[in-house]
Amino acid sequence: MEVLDRYEPLIDDFEAFRAACERPLPSVVRVNTIKTEPETARAALEAEGIGVEPCGWHAGLFRLDTQPGANWPYYHGWLHGQEEVSVVPATVLDPDPGDRVWDACAAPGSKTTQLSALMDDRGLLVATDNNLGRISALRSNAERLGVTNVAVTREDARNHSLKPWEAKAYDAALVDVPCSCEGTIRKNPDTLDEWTLEHVEGIAGTQKGILRRAVQTVREGGHVVYSTCTFAPEENEAVLDHVLGAEDCRLVEFDLPLDHVPGVTAFEGETFDESVRKAKRIYPHHNDTGGFFCAKLEVTG
Amino acid sequence: MSDDREHDGQTFVRLPTDPDDRIHEDQPTRDEVLDWWDERFGIGRDYLADYTFWEKGRGKVWAFHADTESPVRVEGLGMSVLRTRGDHWKPTTNAVQRFGHRAERNVIDLTREQAEAFVAGEDQEVPWDGDWGYLIATHDIAGETEPLGVGLYLHGELRSQIPKGRRRDL
Ligand SMILES: C[S@@+](CC[C@H](N)C(=O)[O-])C[C@H]1O[C@@H](n2cnc3c(N)ncnc32)[C@H](O)[C@@H]1O
Repeated sequence: MEVLDRYEPLIDDFEAFRAACERPLPSVVRVNTIKTEPETARAALEAEGIGVEPCGWHAGLFRLDTQPGANWPYYHGWLHGQEEVSVVPATVLDPDPGDRVWDACAAPGSKTTQLSALMDDRGLLVATDNNLGRISALRSNAERLGVTNVAVTREDARNHSLKPWEAKAYDAALVDVPCSCEGTIRKNPDTLDEWTLEHVEGIAGTQKGILRRAVQTVREGGHVVYSTCTFAPEENEAVLDHVLGAEDCRLVEFDLPLDHVPGVTAFEGETFDESVRKAKRIYPHHNDTGGFFCAKLEVTG
Repeated sequence: MSDDREHDGQTFVRLPTDPDDRIHEDQPTRDEVLDWWDERFGIGRDYLADYTFWEKGRGKVWAFHADTESPVRVEGLGMSVLRTRGDHWKPTTNAVQRFGHRAERNVIDLTREQAEAFVAGEDQEVPWDGDWGYLIATHDIAGETEPLGVGLYLHGELRSQIPKGRRRDL
């Protein structure tokens, strides 16, 4: 936990932040609208005696009083266990049915399957990941949830090839990068045991490469959403700052019906482009969730 | 027949529309696949018309709700929906869970107790006076009739085809 002390200058109510990080996380499911409706899923859960509390900001998200896996609606692929903040980036990208969409770091597919549902399971959704074991989890999640518009490939997203996809640019891309995962401390209390600044800086290099490739593969006027589950500005605002300088894109505003604060423009002597304030930081004490970072970019060239 | 058109287990090849374009003698055509869903389960050709159908490895058919150039070397393309090796084509659990609510025949509706045994992978005696072979098993949940998976009906017995990884004790 001491690792988190470095963020004290960034966080208003640091005591509340620390206290939230020590609490376990509520169990949340997302209703899979490829197969059912929120009301039907809720009725099926309640018929099994499971307590359901809707998350106010999103119609298809429920907090449960039990683990999500062992019930009929889950068996039918009506539900997917997904942390509340993890639902944010796909809602920000908000693709339309028929779009061409790339999910760059896709496994195990929580956001891929959500993107497919938002696309009404129509239009090309390319999901890449570089880890075969995680790809197999992605495939079984996609199949259980009834996703039929996803193409899965094993690739390093930094070198993603458009060739198999008729060499056409995407309308949108989701870049949910590997990160130091500080914001998942409530789920995995030992997540910070291995934390080093070298790791943070190393992974930031990968993040920059993946985000740059995403901007290159999306058409002018299309959107890229960048997200992490970590607090480190090196992996968040610094990555945006780098890509703003290297590729044709700009940050844009977006609505988020959860409590949050803007991206930070300075940390430990580094300063970042003013526009990174359009990104959003969600701290665990804001909404009783995990920690999260999300930014929306528009491709300008 | 050029090399890149043959199956190497990694490449997806779009099912031909013309029977003369088959890359192996028992490769199904697109029409045969559409007709099969219609004839076996009454799932109309219209409902599946927007899908492209692909084969990865002999006799393993995938349905993709998008399109791209064939062949394509990827890990997955839509959903694995059908096995066409042998005389009796077999739909996958995931396919009948996705499309089965449209089925009009060869559907067997189970009680809650029977459904529990079915998803646990058990074989059971169930009365049925229709065709033998692969059936779609359903049950009622939250006011809907929802497909559970595939059962093989033979000699008065419904044999659950739920794969091990999908079985549950509910
Ligand atoms: C935060 S997780 C993604 C979670 C996923 N978006 C979801 O919602 O289920 C990051 C993923 O990036 C993958 N990854 C790491 N380096 C990569 C690279 N260079 N190219 C593509 N994927 C990569 C990891 O295997 C991991 O599955």
